[in-house]
This record gives sequence, C-alpha cells and structure tokens, in this order.
Amino acid sequence: MSGWLSVRAIAIVALLLALVLLPVHVELGGSRFLLTLFTRIIILALAAVSLNLILGYGGMMSFGHAAYLGIGGYAVGILAHEGVFTGFIQWPVALAASALFALVIGALSLRTRGVYFIMITLAFAQMAYYVVAGLARYGGDDGLTIYKRSQFIAPIDLSNKVQFYYICLALLFGSMYLVRRIVNSRFGLAIQGARSNDTRMRAIGFPTYRYKLVCFVIAGTLCGLSGALIANHTDFVSPAMMYWTRSGDLIIMVVLGGMGSTFGPLVGAVALLVLEEVLSSITEYWQIILGPLLLLVVLFARGGIDGLLGKVRHG
Amino acid sequence: MTLFIEQCLNGLQFGLLLFLLAAGLTLVFGIMDLVNLAHGSLYMLGAYFAATFAAWTGSFVFGVVLALGATLMVGMVVEVVAMRRLYGRDHLDHVLGTFGLILFFDELVRLVWGPEGLTLPLPSWLNTSVPILPGVDYSAYKLSIIVVTLAVAAFLYVLVMRTRIGMLIRAGASNREMVGALGVNIKLLYTLVFGLGAALAGLAGLMQAPILTVQIGMGENILILAFVITVIGGIGSIRGALVAAIFVGFIDTLGRAFFPDLLRMVLSPAAASTAAPALSSMLIYLLMAVVLVVKPEGLFSASGK
Repeated sequence: MSGWLSVRAIAIVALLLALVLLPVHVELGGSRFLLTLFTRIIILALAAVSLNLILGYGGMMSFGHAAYLGIGGYAVGILAHEGVFTGFIQWPVALAASALFALVIGALSLRTRGVYFIMITLAFAQMAYYVVAGLARYGGDDGLTIYKRSQFIAPIDLSNKVQFYYICLALLFGSMYLVRRIVNSRFGLAIQGARSNDTRMRAIGFPTYRYKLVCFVIAGTLCGLSGALIANHTDFVSPAMMYWTRSGDLIIMVVLGGMGSTFGPLVGAVALLVLEEVLSSITEYWQIILGPLLLLVVLFARGGIDGLLGKVRHG
Repeated sequence: MTLFIEQCLNGLQFGLLLFLLAAGLTLVFGIMDLVNLAHGSLYMLGAYFAATFAAWTGSFVFGVVLALGATLMVGMVVEVVAMRRLYGRDHLDHVLGTFGLILFFDELVRLVWGPEGLTLPLPSWLNTSVPILPGVDYSAYKLSIIVVTLAVAAFLYVLVMRTRIGMLIRAGASNREMVGALGVNIKLLYTLVFGLGAALAGLAGLMQAPILTVQIGMGENILILAFVITVIGGIGSIRGALVAAIFVGFIDTLGRAFFPDLLRMVLSPAAASTAAPALSSMLIYLLMAVVLVVKPEGLFSASGK
C-alpha cells in the first residue's frame, strides 16, 4: 500500500478531518447551509460505499441501487405515517425490507451477466419506482411528509442537526470499516476472484452465485440504511429519490472517486455534490457542463480521483 | 367487445412504437457492442424537432421529414464526437458516458425550448376516426402509426438481410477486424448504423408526440421499456425485439385497461383500486422476470446463432 506521506494519504486525512470538524466550524459562525449540505453528502456517500462493494469489488454493475434508498426511506415514512415512530422498529424494518428486495432482485439478476445485468437491475428498480408512485395512500407521486423523525432512547435526538450529522458520519465510517473487513475476508477475496474470473472460481469449488448473492444483499441492506437516514434528513420521502437517475448519480460517485478503494466512494460523493453546488451557483443550466465533464472523466481519467492522487505520488 | 378490440389495437400500436426504439438500441448493441443510454434523448429530440419544424413550415409532413433528417444528423454527429471513442471500452464506461450525454441533452433542450412542453397538432386528415369493423371506429392516426412501423420493420428486415449494406452490418457484428481488413470502411459503417438507430428513435418520438405532450425526460421512461424489451427478446436480435415489443405493448396496455376490473372480482373494491395502479405497472417486469428464469439470455439470443 501507499506510504503515510503520499499525496493521496494526506488528501484523505485532510478530508476526514474536515468532515469531523465541520460542525465546529458551523457552530463558530459558519453557514448553516454547509451542515445540511454535508449531512446529505455523507448519507449519499454511505449509499456509494455500499454500491462500491458490489460494483468496485464484486464487478456487479447494478444500475438500480437507488431502489434501496427509496425502500429504506419509505419504510421509515410509511411506519411514521401509520403512527410508529420508534427507530427501534423503523430502522430494522427499513434494513429488512431492503435486504428482502435485494434478495429477490439479486436472485433473478445474478442469473445473467454483463449488459443484461445492467438493464435488469435498472428495470427492477424502475418497477419499484412505479409501485411506490402508485401508492395513493402514501402520497403517490407527490411523496410523503414525515412529521416526526425516528425516536430513539433519551440522549439520542435526530432532530438535533449536529447530533444527526455525527450519527450519519459515524454510520458512514462504520460501514466503510465493515466493507473493508468484508473485502479482506475469505468471503471478500472469493467475490473479487469471481469478478476477475467467475468460471475459474467455480472450477475450484466456490459456489460464486451464492457468494455474489450474499454480497448483493449486504450492499442493498447498507443502502437501505442510507435511505432511512435520508428520510430523517429531509423529513420527506418521494418516488423521486429512487428514480433511475439517482442510481446513475451513485455510480458516478463510485467511479469518480475510484472504484474498489475504501475512501473512493466518499471522495466521489464529496466531489460530485460539491461540484453540483458550485456549477448550479454559476448557471441555472449546470447539467450542460456536468454531462460532458462526465464523458471526459470516462474517456481520460478512468481511475477516478483516487487514481489521479495515486499518480501524483509516482510522478 | 368494442373496447377490447380498441385496446388490442392500442397495445399493438404501442408495442410497434416500442419496437422502433428497441430496434435501434439492439442494432447498436449487437453491432458496436455499445450500451447507449442516450437513445431516449434521441427519441426526445425527434419529438422536439418535429414540433418545431411542423410549426415553422406549417405542414405536418414536412415537419416529420425534416425532423427525421435532423435526428439522423444529430445521431451521426454524436457518434463521431463521442461514441466512437467508447467502442471497445468497458460497459460501465458506456453507461457513464452516455448518462453524461443524457444530462447534456436534457439541459440543452431546456435551454433551447424552455422548461414547458410543446405540442404537435395533428392535421385534420389524420385527426379523424375510420371504421375498421362494422360499428367499430378507430383513430386514423394510431392506425397510420401501425402501418408506418410495420413498413419500417419490413424495411429493416430487407435492409439487414437482403442488401449489401446489411451484409456488411451482419459481418461487422460477428467480426469487425476481419471486415475492416477486407477493405470496408468500418468507421463510416458504424456512423451510418448509429445514425440509423438515432433516426428510428427520432421516428418513434415524433410519432408519439401528437398523442402525448413533448417534454423533457419523455425519452427516459420509455427507454426503460425498450431495455426490458431487449432483455426479453435477446440483445442483438431484431426479430426478438419485434416479438418482445408486441408482447410488452399488449401486456402493458391491456393490463392497465382490464387488470383493475379483474382485481375487483377477487378483492374488495377499495383494496382493488388501491393496488391496481401499482400492480398493473408491475406486469411487464414480472414478464421479464419469468423470461429470465426460463431463458436468461432472452427469447431470441443473438449469441446463440
């Protein structure tokens, strides 16, 4: 691995420090908006971390990852709408529902590979989108307002913005650690082996289908957690949060940051969402810049930001 | 009964329209091995061009012809500027690159035409209904869509299976280096194929324009359906796309029309009206799931041949 003083290591430590100290800056008179923006970034980074597990390490090009954001979010939203406010029920239900969806979708999609897999995950996520948009009782297309955030025991209060920020950050770090542990375990090595050569892995006796399915379900569950956080962050869930362009955003974060690296998804999420903020403050038509920029990244900076930082060290 | 016949024709019309989109998608994938998410943007552009040109020239037919030419040109320019550099790359690169193109085109359309949609009014000679059976009238325009798409499907078949260009296209699909080595200008061929796919998407978009409004993002929802069709039909197979498109068109249309009534027979009316919209939009995805379980490579997989 890279040395402690490489450009990449310094950049990442600086980013982590900045994230940890951001609420302090805001308390000392910084803009409140920063706290909201970065809470959102951290939650979406958590989703990107989960996608990185299957996309970066497992080579499974899921284009339907936003579905779990929606399912996790709607689990919280629907339970709150029905009068169940305790997070000890809401969150486990959010995770379980995402895991179940991932299990069904994964079991079907993993029978195929390559471009079929991309299209099928996309189609199933879009199905979930239409189903949710058709739930007239829960707002349908217009979405569902959540009047009360998830309730936990006394010291934990999600309505406190600073506390909520740190809870999200802790969950993000926790999931990054979890993914790292998974990837370096025997299970994770088998998954990575299946990415490089599925046939060979099967030939030496690994049931890769089951391994990949378990990996797919873990990623979906983690992303469901991210969805439950978003619902609490915006106090609102709508079908738009699981629209397929959101899945595209998540893929961009992973690729932009650097696929198959621990910090890549976080770097990518920060880079993409900050870039969006900056561009949209310059022009109303900011996507006209972002689109071609993406194409350029794909064509010329394949390793993402993580790859670029790695190159600086060598050069 | 009248309603049933009408809905069947609607299903056929929608299916054939989807075929135009899916054919372009599967053609480009089968030959260039390129996943093109921006296909829906070309569909949208076709509709916008048609609405604009028809308003300028004051003639529906001129508008349609000019719009077809314009989407063909846009398709070829996009191929030369961007797509050409993506051939031979990872599919993930295609997905990301063309996703960038979607953002670009959506925003470009918003910049040029504004955020509110356009309409493409039908000329009076199409805006009537004709009797197709004694006592059953059907929209002349929808009928003409069926005729046009069937003609295009026949044209595609002849083009790919019976002409020299089609022979080169098929040859290029199975071994591009060899075709290039035999002195065929493979770059030009690819540009033409991509342009053809774009024009097909544009045709689908402009034909749908008088029925729905012309708006930003109109291509994205229907693109997903085109994906479902290519998956069901088998990627790279035009025949598979045709069969799957008609299937999907029927199931989607008939499902939306009659499924709520069927559900009402089994469930209480209140439960049925809650569940029906969600369930009927799931039908085609269930069809896809069933096909995948039975034949993971699609019904008419091109790789099997």
